Amino acid sequence: MKPSHSSSVVAYAVMTAMAVITLLPFVSIFLAALQPPGTLVSGISIPQEPSFESFGAAWTTASFGNLLWSSIKICAAVVPISVISATLAAYALATLKVPGRSAIFVVFLLGLTLPVELIVIPLYFDLRGIGLTNTPWAVILAECGLFMPFGIFWMRTHFLSTPREIIEAAELDGATPMVTLRRVLLPISVPALSTMAVLFFMWSWNQFLLVLVLIQDPNQRTAPAGLGFFVGQHSSDIPVLAAGTLIVILPILLTYLVFQRKFISGMLEGAVKG
Amino acid sequence: MAADADGVVQGRRDETPTRVSSRRPGAARRVRRPRWIGFAYLAPAGTLYLLFVLVPGMHTLWLSLFRWDGVTVGTWAGVDNYRAVAENPLLRGAVVHAFVLVVFFSGFSIAVGLLMAAILGRHRRRGMTFYRVVFFLPQVVPMVAVGITWRWMYTENGAVNQILRAVGLDSITQAWLGNFTLALPAVGLIGTWALSGLCFVLFLSGAQKIDNSLYEAARMDGAGAVREFFAVTLPALRGEIAVALTITVVAALASFDIVYVTTNGSPGNTTTVPGLLVYRLAFTDGQVGVASALAVTLTALIVTIVLFIQRLTRETK
Repeated sequence: MKPSHSSSVVAYAVMTAMAVITLLPFVSIFLAALQPPGTLVSGISIPQEPSFESFGAAWTTASFGNLLWSSIKICAAVVPISVISATLAAYALATLKVPGRSAIFVVFLLGLTLPVELIVIPLYFDLRGIGLTNTPWAVILAECGLFMPFGIFWMRTHFLSTPREIIEAAELDGATPMVTLRRVLLPISVPALSTMAVLFFMWSWNQFLLVLVLIQDPNQRTAPAGLGFFVGQHSSDIPVLAAGTLIVILPILLTYLVFQRKFISGMLEGAVKG
Repeated sequence: MAADADGVVQGRRDETPTRVSSRRPGAARRVRRPRWIGFAYLAPAGTLYLLFVLVPGMHTLWLSLFRWDGVTVGTWAGVDNYRAVAENPLLRGAVVHAFVLVVFFSGFSIAVGLLMAAILGRHRRRGMTFYRVVFFLPQVVPMVAVGITWRWMYTENGAVNQILRAVGLDSITQAWLGNFTLALPAVGLIGTWALSGLCFVLFLSGAQKIDNSLYEAARMDGAGAVREFFAVTLPALRGEIAVALTITVVAALASFDIVYVTTNGSPGNTTTVPGLLVYRLAFTDGQVGVASALAVTLTALIVTIVLFIQRLTRETK
């Protein structure tokens, strides 16, 4: 059955309206950022003489170079550590006959809904006690811990959906669990692994509260946390603030546009399965 | 892929024929025995999760039973901090505000998503990839950036007032986040803006999986488009609605980023949420015990509601 012409027009009109509403805030800060620093911007207005001056001003005053570098360092550690740890654990829970595996899995599942608020207070006091606050490691380790429930859940579902015979054949041929995982399962798990990696990257990049608490030194913070600090100091200079916001959005936005299929399918499937 | 796997294992067998053949009967037996080696695989994830989630969670529970300023020695408080969460207007207010946000984050977003899914029907349409990418955009960018953008949009000279003036509603233009009654709904609408697209895409993908025969049966009974939606589409989307509800309720109750950058609880504590007070009480006001009790209460609320939503959908299935 084909959609009728008039219903199509309505459908596209509604979706386009919603797309415009979704994009409007982004358009408005983009136009504001093109104004020279200090301009009094009102609403959505096309700049008379578009310039990138505000980007330069934001970059130097908030030292976004440092902030972005901290963000990259943290993501570069969090993504591989959490992908590897979650994959190993999910493999054990899905295929190795670990005693008490269903109880262990339930304990991990419990973590799916725990908010950051629950853990952030003792994390600060305990990690400060061992000198880890104000270092990227505080954030890296906490994020890895927080990502384990989803990662294990995601990879376990994936491993359980791969045909049993593949694993059994390898075992019968005497392959050790590690060989089965590396040579047999991982090559067919690339889509699941990369989706998980993309989601971890996004969550790590966007994490705010943890960074705000665990890294008090403004120069060591990540880009979003630095932006939260920056807004307190430059709230009246809209073009510079808008430029700073765009600098923070841009890396994740570009990653999203390149891997949009993975992002969307990951968020949809991850949500539905979870 | 199976051929690939065979090849690898074959290769190993050629290298060490005796070892493999002597192991074979053992390997078959070992499948039934508990695999203690599995714990080695669980160790990294288990350690991270235990040390950085479970132990801190328990520690928060413990801290919530003390009066502690974060510096000196704490004193036992029993359930006093929980009593404060229930009775202190500031703390209770924050929990109430979080539930007001649920109306905007969950109620409105799901309503918008359902309405759009109803208008769009189940036809696969061209150009959906583009729309999906746009609708998911608010999910991808940091909430801090979203908050800063909206904070400016809501100012006197912001885009919201500009649009209102353009449609002749000059009389209601104002600094929205400075209004004691409207600031919280204004923050809530940011959530509606951010989450409606997600709900819509979720419902649309769910609607496309519904069996066509259900619609044919409804049409045979003479159902119009509206009745068809309520009789067929809506019940079939139960699962997706539960998912959307879970995500949006958690986002509303545990919200921090958006509130922190838009209003930071102002004007006059009318937009405080539990996350904001946990941060403020523990790290600037030196009331670690009360902050912990609030964090535990928030977690208990979230877990209870999520379990309730899941039970509800599981029973009806």
